[in-house]
Amino acid sequence: MDDITFLVNILLPALWRGFLVTLQLIVLTAPFGFLLGLAVAVAHVYGARPVRILAKLYVIFFRGCPLLLLLFILYFGLPSVGIVLGSFYSALFGFILCNSAYNSEYLRGALQSIKGGQMTAAKALGMTKAQAVLYVVIPQALRKALPGVSNEFIYLIKYSSLAYVVALIELTGTAKIMASRYFLYFETFAAVGVFYLVLVTIATFAIHKLEKKYAIPGAQ
Amino acid sequence: MVQSSDMKNIDNGCILRVENLCKSYKDLHVLKSISFDVYKGEAKVFIGSSGTGKSTLLRCINQLTIPDSGHVYLNNQEITHAGSKMSHYRQKMGMVFQNFNLFDHLTAVRNVELALLKVLKMSKSEAREKAMFELERVGLVERADFYPAQLSGGQAQRVSIARALAMDPDIMLFDEPTSALDPELKREVMEVMRKLAADGMTMLIVTHEMHFATSFASEILFMENGEIIERGNPADIPTSPSFERTRAFIGSYEE
Repeated sequence: MDDITFLVNILLPALWRGFLVTLQLIVLTAPFGFLLGLAVAVAHVYGARPVRILAKLYVIFFRGCPLLLLLFILYFGLPSVGIVLGSFYSALFGFILCNSAYNSEYLRGALQSIKGGQMTAAKALGMTKAQAVLYVVIPQALRKALPGVSNEFIYLIKYSSLAYVVALIELTGTAKIMASRYFLYFETFAAVGVFYLVLVTIATFAIHKLEKKYAIPGAQ
Repeated sequence: MVQSSDMKNIDNGCILRVENLCKSYKDLHVLKSISFDVYKGEAKVFIGSSGTGKSTLLRCINQLTIPDSGHVYLNNQEITHAGSKMSHYRQKMGMVFQNFNLFDHLTAVRNVELALLKVLKMSKSEAREKAMFELERVGLVERADFYPAQLSGGQAQRVSIARALAMDPDIMLFDEPTSALDPELKREVMEVMRKLAADGMTMLIVTHEMHFATSFASEILFMENGEIIERGNPADIPTSPSFERTRAFIGSYEE
């Protein structure tokens, strides 16, 4: 079997199946990781004391815990207390917890950087604090947090490969199986590298578009 | 002093009544029992050097800062300690800030629209129409689609005045509206304010612009160390003995 036949008929179809699993993980993690991160950040900045403490603990725990360890706890640890998540959901929940913890810190910084006058002006117009946060502070904070959150998204694409440690056959997992089955390590992992590179490039392009679309005209 | 119990349901033209308002930060008494009334169509102007409590007074009136004691009545209704109803009362008191505080992420017209949509729950077309009307009033229709960062200071302040006016307030509170502006830009903001006063808008103004203030104020109130120490008709400032301190202040300010 020559290289081209192997690549087209065997390797690429297998990697494509793995890639679809990776894509599912990313597409599901990103929105939940973002929204949960935003909720934690808002709780951190505007919450009452007990809520604020909970938000802080969330960040300390899920940002502080190595992702690999978190995945092990979810996949191997939880069954011993009767919760069996399985490979896919262990990976997904692990990624969401990690991604949201990091995002919440970018978003917290952005929320705190919005000048107090914005909130004051909103309140003076008769908005409640919740309305002021929702319609005035958050839209501005999101723009400021975009570079950080985007960075975290790119990072997510890459750490999604860790899912293979909880026996999820995603892109990297598939590659490991294929490489050891056919003893073609270099070719297989190089091909996987291209998959990730393409994904990251598309993401970078989309982020750039997003930043341009939401840039405020005239602002520095 | 009229007691609050006697004031219910009396339409005496008193838009705002401030009664014995006090505010301290630790040992610093910023407001020492301030009292005054503002009647419909009046333009009261507070002057005095920086740090005498003028801005705090405005913020205590619409409860952005909570006063320690005293009462504030809007249309003969007590609004101090209004709790969650406060946001409802604030709609009726337009506020204009020294630093404009326009919403940076919204165009001029959307700055004016936002509270109409979210607070007054107007329809989109209604809100747009009202917002454009208010921008027209401050002469900025052609800047409707500009972002705050694309406006001059004077234009930004006029948009912020339009934004406050759009809520159809009973009174406008101006907190040093021209202090952050170049002399040339001050003028355009002052013209808008002068026009408002001429149209009968009830106004409470904190300013350092003496000539401007005296040119249309119904009353000048001179504040020092958290107290109103002199007050009266602006025409009397140059001669009346009751304005001695004010004259000294104006003199020192203009040197």
